[in-house]
Amino acid sequence: MTKSTGYVAGVNGNLVTVAFEGAISKNEVAYVHVGDTSLKGEVIRINGNKASMQVYEMTNGIQVGDKVDFTGEMMSVELGPGLLTQIYDGLQNPLPALAEKCGFFLQRGVYMDPIPNKDWEFTPVVAVGDVVRPGDAIGTVPEGIFTHKIMVPFGFDDVDWKVVSIVSKGVYNVRSTVARLQSPKGEEKDLTMVFSWPVKKAVGCYEERLRPDETLVTKIRIIDTFLPIAKGGTYCVPGPFGAGKTVLQHLTSRNAEVDIVIIAACGERAGEVVEVLKEFPELVDPKTGRSLMERTIIICNTSSMPVAAREASVYTAITMAEYYRQMGLNVLLLADSTSRWAQAMREMSGRLEEIPGEEAFPAYLESVIAAFYERAGKVRLHDGSTGSVTIGGTVSPAGGNFEEPVTQATLKVVGAFHGLSRERSDARKYPAIHPLDSWSKYNGIIDKARVEQARDILFRSNEINQMMKVVGEEGTSVADYIVYQKGELLDSVYLQQNSFDPVDSAVLPDRQREEFNLLYEVLTADFALDSKKDVRAFFNQMRQKFLDWNSVATTDPRYSQYENEIRDLYASKSNCCEEM
Amino acid sequence: MNKVYTKIESIVGDVITVRAQGVRYNDLAVVGKSFANVIKLDGDLVSLQVFAGAKGISTNDEVRFLGVPMKVSFSDDLLGRVFDGSGRPRDNGPALEDNMIEIGGPSVNPAKRIVPKNMIRTGIPMIDVFNTLVESQKLPIFSVSGEPYNELLARIAMQAEVDLIILGGMGLKYDDYLFFKDTLEKSGAMSRTIMFIHTASDPTVECMMIPDMALAVAERFAIEGKKVLVLLTDMTNFADSLKEMAITMDQVPSNRGYPGDLYSSLASRYEKAVDFEGAGSLTILAVTTMPGDDVTHPVPDNTGYITEGQYYLKNGHIEPFGSLSRLKQNVNSETRNDHRALMDGLIKLYSAYKESLEKKSMGFMMSEWDEKLLKYGHLFETRLMDLSVNIPLEEALDLGWEILAECFEPNETGLRSELIAQRWPKKTEA
Repeated sequence: MTKSTGYVAGVNGNLVTVAFEGAISKNEVAYVHVGDTSLKGEVIRINGNKASMQVYEMTNGIQVGDKVDFTGEMMSVELGPGLLTQIYDGLQNPLPALAEKCGFFLQRGVYMDPIPNKDWEFTPVVAVGDVVRPGDAIGTVPEGIFTHKIMVPFGFDDVDWKVVSIVSKGVYNVRSTVARLQSPKGEEKDLTMVFSWPVKKAVGCYEERLRPDETLVTKIRIIDTFLPIAKGGTYCVPGPFGAGKTVLQHLTSRNAEVDIVIIAACGERAGEVVEVLKEFPELVDPKTGRSLMERTIIICNTSSMPVAAREASVYTAITMAEYYRQMGLNVLLLADSTSRWAQAMREMSGRLEEIPGEEAFPAYLESVIAAFYERAGKVRLHDGSTGSVTIGGTVSPAGGNFEEPVTQATLKVVGAFHGLSRERSDARKYPAIHPLDSWSKYNGIIDKARVEQARDILFRSNEINQMMKVVGEEGTSVADYIVYQKGELLDSVYLQQNSFDPVDSAVLPDRQREEFNLLYEVLTADFALDSKKDVRAFFNQMRQKFLDWNSVATTDPRYSQYENEIRDLYASKSNCCEEM
Repeated sequence: MNKVYTKIESIVGDVITVRAQGVRYNDLAVVGKSFANVIKLDGDLVSLQVFAGAKGISTNDEVRFLGVPMKVSFSDDLLGRVFDGSGRPRDNGPALEDNMIEIGGPSVNPAKRIVPKNMIRTGIPMIDVFNTLVESQKLPIFSVSGEPYNELLARIAMQAEVDLIILGGMGLKYDDYLFFKDTLEKSGAMSRTIMFIHTASDPTVECMMIPDMALAVAERFAIEGKKVLVLLTDMTNFADSLKEMAITMDQVPSNRGYPGDLYSSLASRYEKAVDFEGAGSLTILAVTTMPGDDVTHPVPDNTGYITEGQYYLKNGHIEPFGSLSRLKQNVNSETRNDHRALMDGLIKLYSAYKESLEKKSMGFMMSEWDEKLLKYGHLFETRLMDLSVNIPLEEALDLGWEILAECFEPNETGLRSELIAQRWPKKTEA
């Protein structure tokens, strides 16, 4: 493919119009040369011999007539060993390396190799003469705690390639040739450990997509029990500012039982990313005993970084997630916040003078959001193993109103909805997920029928509470009052979780089951309590005991002691035998 | 070498277009007597926004391109000075033109940021005790027209323990400008203050330049190791000027007429708040007036998503509910051992007081406990919440204990026994 050139014909914010000669393709990457720097951009519209380009950097100083070079390639990321533990910007520039080179500020036009130039111990898994297809492993390298598969690039023609040569086991540079393949037509290609893939294309290279039927454990009770998410599923967390979206994402990134977590900080505060950056290397993953950073990749395009790169950042993140999925791993992608990504699209759409849809978002907003979430999924790979990508996206609705376009477009395509409520966060009830408004279509860790029953009590308790606000406590029957207190009990000891408490902040499924079952007994029991005063006293006592129980580790001798105390208390008032 | 053009093609609002060659995006030009900067290039058609406004601009006025972007002078000479939105002196001092630095520069590499850990003392208990201001934090003061937000900013400017104050005024009433100037001069804080002031009668375009200039200068001082506090008032006026310019440029409005990039525009300013590793820090406190007291209005709403908490200034005091400093956890464990517990305890009781107050207003009987709470609420409001109270954090904490002791028995406060043993004021028998 010959590479085309052109020159700048107009500038409007980060939209640059280019007059070009030759052939170019949509979403092709091009560089605008300004003085001695080159600014990266992407073609987003072609009209006659004019192309509209979104430039990923500040466009100050560009003038009409500046030269533009097209690359002939779509916006791509490099995939290979060494991605884990990295901190990238939206265009896959490694930020720490950039800081070393440029100091405090993000200089524009500086692009660095995303894959560290390192040697790896390569072990071949194919031999000369073997036949491989795109996505098949030809060898492995150990990357931290994982066996990183070196695969035939996904972009190769989907035919049977014959291995012509392969290096023997040994230490090789990441960019040195490790194998040579030949296609049935006789075309030969060299492979290194690194290849690139266009971010806006979903990676195929698998046998079939499976139903996401396995719960992804987050160790957050309200999620695992009531509003579960699944490996290969999708969920969204909309909420007004200050409701704790980011804190919830951080907790999930820390505790989720998956192999790899990719955090895409998209258009949010830099300070929050810094917290992760400084915290994660110190935290130990209980499953592996290694630093949490070893299973993490951070893609960080904070709110003050150029807006076009923000649009790219979520795609950069999902592409890396798909890459690790191809190795048979379970990957969780946390995108915070997809609203900022949608706003980036809106800004570009405005500059392109497209006819606006609702709230000036482009008409294609819904299809773009749907296509993004559809890249999640659990798949069976060619070698029979399964891998999954789970996407959890936060949404920051304007004014905290869920009726706005981004929330609505997202709700249509996700499998679980964790709506955060200002009311709950103001009352310091964390996590502030609204237990009644939210929903999930996935299977949790506890029998669905029982969960439904508990939810029903919560629902009735809420109704009674509303009624009590009108008629007062006096006008409520003792029976109703008990239901109300049951709901409150469930809320305060099970739905709420203290993220500052070392024990309560992460609860394993077994413990959740045990606790839920005991709580279930209390919720479904009849109680011999005559007055509201007794009811209140009894449930206060109950709550205190449950909270005490929550804060001791299962290995602590007090664990069973507290449990027994709860049972005794419950038995003392329970109406299990006949009465009246 | 600077080409001069004398044929202006169009004048719409404060935007003019001229046919010119070799002009760079965002470059500065002089139109008539005013500065202007390039905001759009389309072939040889150049759009410029005229800082002083396009009123009275004639189609044959001179447009001279300077070939450089907007810059502002940076040196210690800035201290004690007042400038307008074009960077010209507003006081009678000389114009400063050495060591010009670019405004609206690149953002800080997140890998170079550090987790903020130093408190900024302001002497205002509602801030120091309940929602501590932290170095490198960005916090808006959500308020309503008519509230004393400028008085509050002036007090913070005088009292805050920082090296340097930079005040950016946008759409200020002239009276308010004079108020700031007089107050700071009288208190002696002017010598460590730099002011960039746009008053309501100045041209709109200059309003848009104020935050960028103030923050560019602040950033430089921070790199030099200074602890800088930037006070901005009022960001809603800034957003409104963005809106005005966007509409003039025929941009599609997104929400209540504001441009689609309102979030990014606000964020790129607020995100300048930073704690530099091995150098100084930049903290931003910005007033955002909420039109119609509506926090879901696009300006406060977008601001809330960007900033690290907010102070609500209502009825003349900083509201204990709703106000939040997200970074206070980073610092309030190291101030004094009773800080966190007392903060929570006082607020819980104050919230109980509010409930009692409501009951009272509905005509319910007041119990003994209610009476105690009412007394407590009154003392809390007059001694701690009142904005005129000016005491250091430690004194404020002691005062908190005293108020508790005046109203309650120790076991009624819900505070831990060991803290009570340590801090409960000894009874002086009356």
